[in-house]
Amino acid sequence: MSGPLISLRDVNKYYGEYHALRGITAEIGAGEFFSLLGPSGCGKTTLLRAIAGFEDISGGTITLSGKDMKGVPPNKRPTNMVFQSYAIFPHLSVEQNVGFGLRKSGMSPSEKTKAIGAALEMVGLGQYGKRAAHALSGGQRQRVALARALILKPKVLLLDEPLSALDRKMREDMQVELMKLQREVGITFILVTHDQEEALVMSDRIAVMFEGEIAQLADPEVLYRKPATKRVADFIGVMNFLPARAGDGLEVAGLGRVDMEGVYCPQGDVSGACSVGLRPETLSLLYDGETARARETEGVIDEVVYYGDMTYYDVRLEGLEEPVRLSMRNMVGRDVMTVGQTARVAWDPRAMVVFPG
Amino acid sequence: MRFRPLGVFAVFYLAFLYAPILLLPIFAFNDGTVIAFPLRGFTFGWFAQLGEIPALHSATLNSLIIASSTAVLSTCLGLFAARAATRYRFPLKGGIMGFIMLPLVLPEVIVAISLLVVLMQLGLNTSVFTIILGHTLLCMPFAIAILQGSFSGLDQSLEEAAMDLGETRSGAFRLVILPLVVPGIIASLLICFIISLDEFIIAFFLSGNEPTLPVYLWGLMRFPAQLPVVMALGTVLVGLSIVLLLVANWFRKRGLRKAGQEDTGGFL
Ligand SMILES: Nc1ncnc2c1ncn2[C@@H]1O[C@H](COP(=O)(O)OP(=O)(O)OP(=O)(O)O)[C@@H](O)[C@H]1O
Ligand SMILES: [Mg+2]
Repeated sequence: MSGPLISLRDVNKYYGEYHALRGITAEIGAGEFFSLLGPSGCGKTTLLRAIAGFEDISGGTITLSGKDMKGVPPNKRPTNMVFQSYAIFPHLSVEQNVGFGLRKSGMSPSEKTKAIGAALEMVGLGQYGKRAAHALSGGQRQRVALARALILKPKVLLLDEPLSALDRKMREDMQVELMKLQREVGITFILVTHDQEEALVMSDRIAVMFEGEIAQLADPEVLYRKPATKRVADFIGVMNFLPARAGDGLEVAGLGRVDMEGVYCPQGDVSGACSVGLRPETLSLLYDGETARARETEGVIDEVVYYGDMTYYDVRLEGLEEPVRLSMRNMVGRDVMTVGQTARVAWDPRAMVVFPG
Repeated sequence: MRFRPLGVFAVFYLAFLYAPILLLPIFAFNDGTVIAFPLRGFTFGWFAQLGEIPALHSATLNSLIIASSTAVLSTCLGLFAARAATRYRFPLKGGIMGFIMLPLVLPEVIVAISLLVVLMQLGLNTSVFTIILGHTLLCMPFAIAILQGSFSGLDQSLEEAAMDLGETRSGAFRLVILPLVVPGIIASLLICFIISLDEFIIAFFLSGNEPTLPVYLWGLMRFPAQLPVVMALGTVLVGLSIVLLLVANWFRKRGLRKAGQEDTGGFL
């Protein structure tokens, strides 16, 4: 089949007066791991539920495999959902939960048993079939919810913040497992999350949403290195914003003058007051005997945050009110610098992203 | 032991509440027609007499028919109302629900008289059927209150999950919601049954020549010689109510266990 699996065209949704989705347009391919990322209340769940068929949209079209989904109820769509609360049926056993969707499949009982066994095996719950659903831990419930949805071999699996209820360690394990699972089954996953790290780790492509609009749709690397707006840059990872003035060249507070050539301007050419974004890992401290590959500036270390493998430094530069944050990989023979020390900071104009305003 | 004012209060409270009821079986088994101490001796005679009064039998039958019908009718209607109240938004929801719950606080005499007036205007005769209607009106708020408790404890996405997995709206309700509210339904059936069985005022106004058990009992009170029989009948009724309550509670607990929910105690 050619063309995208899902295509959203100018999707709008009103709750009364409230405009929850504002002209969402996107195309999602078969087998893609797609994430909807955004702060609370930006409309991620609403969009997911619209794709699943739980919300009628007020305008635009949602097409699945080339078929307009208008008026098609959830049970007739080739999508399945993993709910945020998991929605495990508490009165049924694990097996019965997983087999719930097979009721109308026309499979024989023995085929069903086999399919259920395989689905449970896939999520690593082979031994748990007979358990009562309410006697499961959070992580196990999540696996049951996954198995229950995947057993139907949907074209699209929709996941609404599936990992938010798990503790950190578990979450990281499940991230890897989900990615593996997705590659294994080859089904399109659409994941809703407000955790940018999770989205970066897991997704092929990410749609960053603010207030019902897609601010940027790109793969993780582009999103991180070439954010389309200052807001996206701020939401994804950490970014220093330095006040600057563009004209004949770019005058950056604390760093000095750089050529306009080579700096990245996502919103077109800028002039006058602007803001220069630099990621912490694009800056580094220079130790004795080291020289900067591009440019260097002197500063005073204001704060040291030690992470074991990494150290974050806040460095005060002359002419800047806020210290800039930079990160250094810790290495043998390279001591962690101390607060108050004067240090040389290496930077590179090619890492700069310039936003107007 | 330390003096505990609240403990003493609790003892008096319970004594005041239940001592009169304890008198029922005491005199029901007392071999004497006068309701007074000292007791005369032990007898099953009064209970035996219960079996020999045809009017009592027909009253009992009326009561059972009325109580069962009322329980089923108000629980069904309550099911709709409770579901609507917890699941859907609609205009004037607060007002509508308030109106349905109103019989809970209206004086029963007023309700009974108004119902009687309406029946007269419609040219209907008072009968078992009209009592069922009256009792349903009275029991609905209880049914709704109990069922709303069951419905509101449910995760909304359970139903959506069922639909997502291929069920229709009604299939999702039947396969997921209904099993989870069964304990509430049974509790509602039993409570409505008991309320209807014990109800006097509406039954008195609407019964015509088909008295219910309480109405018949009240009639008996005019004959002092029959008082021990009244006591025996009362004992049976109290015993029945307690048994029904225990059964209802057992069902409720079993349902909660099955659904894996916490038992927060308390019947309603
Ligand atoms: N049924 C509804 N009626 C009215 N407003 C709603 C309804 N559902 C959602 N909204 C509003 O729409 C907006 C988007 O909601 P949505 O649930 O999609 O947010 P979200 O991005 O999933 O946020 P979160 O990360 O908190 O889950 C919110 O402001 C919310 O208040
Ligand atoms: Mg949400």
